Amino acid sequence: MNISLSINGTNYQADVEPRLLLVHFIRDLAGLTGTHIGCETSICGACTIMVNGQPIKSCTMLAVQADGANITTIEGLAQNGELHPVQEGFWEKHGLQCGYCTPGMIMSACGLLKANPNPSEDEIRHGIEGNLCRCTGYQKIVEAVQYAAEKMSA
Amino acid sequence: MSFLGKYIGEKVKRTEDARLIRGIGHYVDDIKLADTLHVAFLRSPYGHAKINSINADAAKSAPGVVAVYVGTDIQGKVGLIPCAAAAPDMNKPDYPVLALGKVAYVGQPVAAVVASDKYKARDAAELIEVDYEPLDAVIDIEAAARPDSPVIHPELGTNVAWVYNAGSGDVDAAFAQADKIVTQRIVHQRLIPNAMEPRGVLAQYFPGEQQLNVWSSTQIPHLLRTTLAAMLNVPENRLRVIAPEVGGGFGSKLNVYAEEALLGWIAMQLNKPVKWIESRRENMMATIHGRGQTGTVEVAVKNDGTLLGLRYNVIYDVGAYLQLLTPAIPTLTGLMLSGCYKIPAIQLHCTQVYTNKMATDAYRGAGRPEATYLVERIMDRVAGELGMDPVELRRKNFPKPEEFPFATAAGLTYDTGDYEKSLNKALEIVDYKKLREEQAKARAEGRLVGIGISTYVEICAVGPSVMLPCGGWDSATVRVEPSGKATVLTGVSPHGQGEETAFAQIVAEMLGIDLNDVLVVHGDTDRVQYGIGTFGSRGLAIGGTAVMVATERIVKKAKRLAAHMLQTDEEALTFEDGKFVGAPDDKSMTIQEIAFHAHQAHNIPADFEPGLVASYFFEPKNCTFPFGTHVCVSEVDKETGDVKIQRYVAVDDCGRQINPLLVQGQVHGGIAQGMAQALYEEAVYDESGQLITGELMDYAVPKAYQLPHFELDHTVTETDVNPLGAKGVGEAGTIGATPAVANSVIDALAPLGVKHVDLPLRPEKLWRLLNQ
Repeated sequence: MNISLSINGTNYQADVEPRLLLVHFIRDLAGLTGTHIGCETSICGACTIMVNGQPIKSCTMLAVQADGANITTIEGLAQNGELHPVQEGFWEKHGLQCGYCTPGMIMSACGLLKANPNPSEDEIRHGIEGNLCRCTGYQKIVEAVQYAAEKMSA
Repeated sequence: MSFLGKYIGEKVKRTEDARLIRGIGHYVDDIKLADTLHVAFLRSPYGHAKINSINADAAKSAPGVVAVYVGTDIQGKVGLIPCAAAAPDMNKPDYPVLALGKVAYVGQPVAAVVASDKYKARDAAELIEVDYEPLDAVIDIEAAARPDSPVIHPELGTNVAWVYNAGSGDVDAAFAQADKIVTQRIVHQRLIPNAMEPRGVLAQYFPGEQQLNVWSSTQIPHLLRTTLAAMLNVPENRLRVIAPEVGGGFGSKLNVYAEEALLGWIAMQLNKPVKWIESRRENMMATIHGRGQTGTVEVAVKNDGTLLGLRYNVIYDVGAYLQLLTPAIPTLTGLMLSGCYKIPAIQLHCTQVYTNKMATDAYRGAGRPEATYLVERIMDRVAGELGMDPVELRRKNFPKPEEFPFATAAGLTYDTGDYEKSLNKALEIVDYKKLREEQAKARAEGRLVGIGISTYVEICAVGPSVMLPCGGWDSATVRVEPSGKATVLTGVSPHGQGEETAFAQIVAEMLGIDLNDVLVVHGDTDRVQYGIGTFGSRGLAIGGTAVMVATERIVKKAKRLAAHMLQTDEEALTFEDGKFVGAPDDKSMTIQEIAFHAHQAHNIPADFEPGLVASYFFEPKNCTFPFGTHVCVSEVDKETGDVKIQRYVAVDDCGRQINPLLVQGQVHGGIAQGMAQALYEEAVYDESGQLITGELMDYAVPKAYQLPHFELDHTVTETDVNPLGAKGVGEAGTIGATPAVANSVIDALAPLGVKHVDLPLRPEKLWRLLNQ
C-alpha cells in the first residue's frame, strides 16, 4: 500500500506491506532510530511517539494506519538546537541511566504535560504508567517532569 | 591523593545524556550495515521433549530465505556454550548452541532462519516442522533431587549438578550451647532481569582480512571476545567485539549466549552482515533468570540475643543448563551468610539441581540479596522469639568499627565498616521511637502498620583475581593528545551507570582540564586494551582506580618534561589546576603545552619516551564491603491485601562518592528492583515447563505509581583497598530493599500471629492470609 506521512516535518512516501509496524517504518525506512522497541506488545512504552499530537505506542500501530498523519519522534523534539524542557529536565535531574526507555518516556511526559500542565507527583506517576523504566526507580523521572512543568509554565 | 574538588564529589550532569535524550545514541539495533540479513530463531515450545526429527524444507524455500540451520548443521563447528564457574566435580551436561536431539527448557534455540528481512525470517521459522516427543518436566526444585524424579540429562544419571559446603567454626557446638534455636524456611523466587533493551547481535565478516566483527548488547566485550574466539575457532586478535550503547544489563548481559556465537558463525558462512534482535518474549524465556533458592536457615542464639551460629541448607535452581557463572551464584550467598554480624560458626550446605527452566545466573546482587534476605529475615524472627526490639538485636551483634578488618566465619575479611553509624542515622531520620509509638496507636485502631529494618553489608569489586574465573582486575589507558584533549580507554563496559562522566570527572580533576576535554571510550575490543567488564559493582572501585593511577603516571611523566623545559628540578615544581608552577621567574607550563611538546619531541630529555600516555591494570587486594540501613514503613489494606509503602528511608555507605547524582540513581534503581522482588515479581513455570509469566503483561515489572518516593542519606566510610576510597553502589539498593520491605509487611501482620510470608507479597496472597 502506498502511504504518505510526515515525521518531524519531513514527508515520507512509501509502498509498504499492510502488516508493517509503524515503529519499523520510523526506524528502518525513515532511519530514525531514537524510537526504541522494548516489548512489541504495548506494555513498555519505549516506542512512544506523537501521532497528530497524541502519544501513541508505535509498536502496535500499523504504518498504514498512520497514512496522512503528522508524527513527532524524539529526534524532532528539540527545536533549532534548543532542547525541549522535558529533555532538559531529564538531563538536569538525572532522569535516565541506560537511556533505552528515555525517548518513549520523554514523549509520554510531553503528552502528559500537554493534557495537564501542572501535575502533582501522583498524577505524574500515573501519567507515565504506560512506560517502564528498569534503571531509575522513576523518582528522578518524576523530578524531571516537575522541572519541565515548572519551566514550561514560567 | 588530594583532590581540588572541582569535579570529584560534585553532582556533575552526565556527559552521555546529550545523545541519549535526543535519541541519537546507537544501540545494536540502531547500527545499520548495507546488505544485512536478519536471523529469527525457532525455539522450543516444550519444557522437556525429545526431538525425533526436524523438517526445514518449506522454510528453506520460503520467500527471502537465505539459509536455515539446525543443531546437526553446526555440530562440531560451533563450540558448546561455556560455563566459566563449573567446579571440577560438577555434573555438567553439554550445552549446544542449537538443540541436539532434545530440548530442556521453553525457549531453547532449535533452529535459526536467515532471511532478507526480519518479517520473512519470522514467517519462515514458523514453517519449520519439528517432531517433538514431550517428556515429563522437572519443575519443583525440591522434587528434582529425589530419586523418583525424571532425569533431565540421562548421561549424568541425576538432576544434582553439584553439592557444595562452605563455612567455618564449630557449628554443632554452637547449636548445642544455644538457649534458643530459630528456624525459618526461606524461598527466593525466580526473577527475570528485564533490561529494557533486549539482547541483540550484529556480526560482519571480512574474508580478505579474516576479521570478524561482533556487536552485542553485552556487559563484557573482552570476555565475550575470548570466549567466542574459542567457540568459533577464530584467532582472538581477528575478532572485534563491540558493546555499543547497552540498554541495561543487571547481570543478564554478563554472559555468553548461543545467539552471539551463532551469528558470528553465520556471518562467516555467508560473508554478509547478519543481525538478530531479541523480542521481549525471547528475552523472558531465553535470557538468564536470577535468584531461585529454597532453603532452611537455622540460628543458634543466647537469651541475651548473642548470635552463636548459623546453618543454611539450600537447594539452588540451576535451570536446564549452566550459563557462564550459574554455579557461582549461591557460593556468593554462602560468603555473605554472616551479614553484618558477628557469628562465630557458619555452615552452608548447597545442593544445585537441574530443572526444565532457563538457567539462573547473575541478576543484580547475584547471591548477596539471597544472603541478606535470609539473614535479615531470621534476625527479625529471632527478635520476635526473644521479645527483643529488632534494632537492638542487630546493634548487639555488629562488629565495632575498630574490629575491622573483620574476618567472618563465612570466609571473608570485611575491609572497613561502621554499621551503627548508618543505623543510627536511619533511625534518626525516621524518628524510630516515635514511629513505634505511632505504630502502637495504629494497631490499637486495628490498622496493619509495619516497620521493617534491614542492616546489610554486601561484597563489591571482587578481588583479588583468584576469586573470579576471569580475574578481578581492570584496566585503563589515559592519553593526553597533542592538543591537550584527554582520551580514556577503560576496560569496564558501562551500560547506564554513568562512568563516561565519573571517569571524566577523575581525569579532568587530576589533570586540571575541562570535563568536556575528556573522552571516555569503552566497549570496543579494538580500541580498548583488555578489560574485564562491568558487573558486581566493580566499575568505579576497580576501573576507576585504574583510571586514577594511569592519570597519576601521566602527571608524573609530564612533570619530568616540564622540569626539563622550564630548566628547573622536578622537586621545585608543583602541579596546580592544570599548570606546572614553581619554576624560576614565575615561569609555568600548562598540561596542554606539555602534551604538545611531549609529542613534538624537539626538546625532551635524552632518555624521555615521546608521547603522553599511561596504562594501569589494577589488581585489588581484597573486595570492598559497602553497607547501610534501610527502613520501610508500610500498611496492609485489610480489605484488599494491598501494601502501601508509607516511607522508605535508605542510608547507604559506599565509601567515597565521586558523583552523588550517580550514586542516588544507582540506589533508587536498586531499591526499585529489591522492592519489586518483595512485592511484585516472580517467574512462574507451570508443571509442564511453560513459562506463564512470559510477557510484561504477566510479569510485574513495577510501574511508576507502584513505587514510593525514596528518602536517601548516606555515611562515608572509605575503603582502604583502593586509593579512590570508593566501594561500589550498583547493587546495594537491591540487596538492602527486599528484606526491609518484607520485614515491614510481616511486622504489619504480626498482630495476626504471622511470623513469615514468602515473597512476593502480592495483594492476593495477603488477602487470602487475612481471610483464613
